[in-house]
Amino acid sequence: MKTTQILIAGFGGQGILFSGKFLAYKGLMEDYQVSWLPSYGPEMRGGTANCNVIISESPVGSPIITTPDVLIAMNTPSLQKYVDTVVSGGQIYVDSSLIDVKVERKDVEAFYIPATQMAKDAGITTLANMIIVGHLLENHPELSFDGTADVVEKLVPPKKAALKELNIKALNMGKDYKN
Amino acid sequence: MAERILMKGNEAIAEAAIRAGCRHYFGYPITPQTEIAAYMAKKMPKIGGVFLQAESEIASINMVYGASAAGMRVMTSSSSPGISLKTEGLSYIAGSDVPALVVNVQRGGPGLGGIQPSQSDYFQAVKGGGHGDYRMIVLAPASVQEMASLTIKGFDLADKYCMTSMILADGTIGQMMEPIVFEDEEPKTYEKPWALTGTECKRPHNIINSLYLKPDELEKKNFERYEKYKLVEENEPMWEEYMMEDAEICVVAFGIASRVAKNAVVAARNEGIKVGLIRPITLWPFPKEAISAAADKVKSFVSVELNMGQMIEDVRLYSQCKKPVALCNRTGGMIPSPDQVLESIHKAEKGEF
Repeated sequence: MKTTQILIAGFGGQGILFSGKFLAYKGLMEDYQVSWLPSYGPEMRGGTANCNVIISESPVGSPIITTPDVLIAMNTPSLQKYVDTVVSGGQIYVDSSLIDVKVERKDVEAFYIPATQMAKDAGITTLANMIIVGHLLENHPELSFDGTADVVEKLVPPKKAALKELNIKALNMGKDYKN
Repeated sequence: MAERILMKGNEAIAEAAIRAGCRHYFGYPITPQTEIAAYMAKKMPKIGGVFLQAESEIASINMVYGASAAGMRVMTSSSSPGISLKTEGLSYIAGSDVPALVVNVQRGGPGLGGIQPSQSDYFQAVKGGGHGDYRMIVLAPASVQEMASLTIKGFDLADKYCMTSMILADGTIGQMMEPIVFEDEEPKTYEKPWALTGTECKRPHNIINSLYLKPDELEKKNFERYEKYKLVEENEPMWEEYMMEDAEICVVAFGIASRVAKNAVVAARNEGIKVGLIRPITLWPFPKEAISAAADKVKSFVSVELNMGQMIEDVRLYSQCKKPVALCNRTGGMIPSPDQVLESIHKAEKGEF
């Protein structure tokens, strides 16, 4: 019974919830059981945002993650808050353009991706989140990179159709990034 | 089979209500249930339904009362402090024997409390809330799929027994997304000969009222209503049993708490502890039989709740205090971790209460 618990954390506005939604949908399309739980309320209105995504071969029990297998940290406070909760042998994805501290733990795998800078350079400023997600997918063959365009198709509303290509571009940039 | 889609619990309630034939929604926004109103605002005008944001919770519950009296499938939704405001209307609806569906996506209390998930309105939902002798059918979903299926069930039970069905959810189940499947089913319809639909001069007037100034009449009405409640208690309790066959410790939990508890039960089983879970799906009528049967075979109970210990009173009542009942709880918007529940199971195993 394989279960992957993914915690995504950062500032409101960084697309934390959207990237979680993307991963949950990807899991759904690969026929896994999934849950997606956002933080909500005042903290969403200009503070920190986080999102719990569980992708599992068996039905999801509690949707609340206390010990993530994977942490995506999009700002320094989030990394500091959650770094010690990651399970031993887990993964931590760090947006290294916004976070200048390193993961000191030796029992986890850390990936440093200057996603915000990469997004800025490519003219897709708001899509740093999807660059990291692309890199994560590359490391998680069970979720498979194939079919990401279908997920983007499902999640980006018709009114924002122009964003579809840009999301796919960001995912590919993350996939191709060499850590 | 229909497609699996991802949906928020709150949206699942709204979509299910529409599929159940509800075309009248009256509400007032409050976190963490506002997605229900937002969904209705978007969908109702497109299908000839009514979405109305009232000036207050009190107005919205009385609009529900009125639309129901006219024979419509109707609902409102709110969260804890908003439900307190609606309780006057809930009592009038009960006193008039008309159906209604009311959703409470609970948050921390008392007072304005907080906006994080809670189960501290158990007493309010199950034991009363409003004044007078009355009951509501209380349904406690533990997944997004159940947010939908129990909404449909809630409408059917409300129409069948002419009383309020309350969906007692919480902020977590309301806000989370899970895969959900909607089967294409025609909504059930119920004859409502009592409804105020206009006599066309062909029948006597129907009157919907909760005022009975003569005490003997009011008493008769109340006795009649409790005959109806007896039928509900006989026919409608719903619960889930998990690993109870050989259980020596019985965890009792509903809604989000039951999901955390299930993780702990699995962890305890992996340690070789014989523990199972009873998850009440209807909180009223409470699954008395299940608790009573468990009381004869387990050594102890652990009640897991997001409050200061409310359901535990019913666990004690229906187990007739035959076995000790421990409380494992968090409150104020906090949620116990599976480890906390596991610790309570360990203590129960050692006989520490």
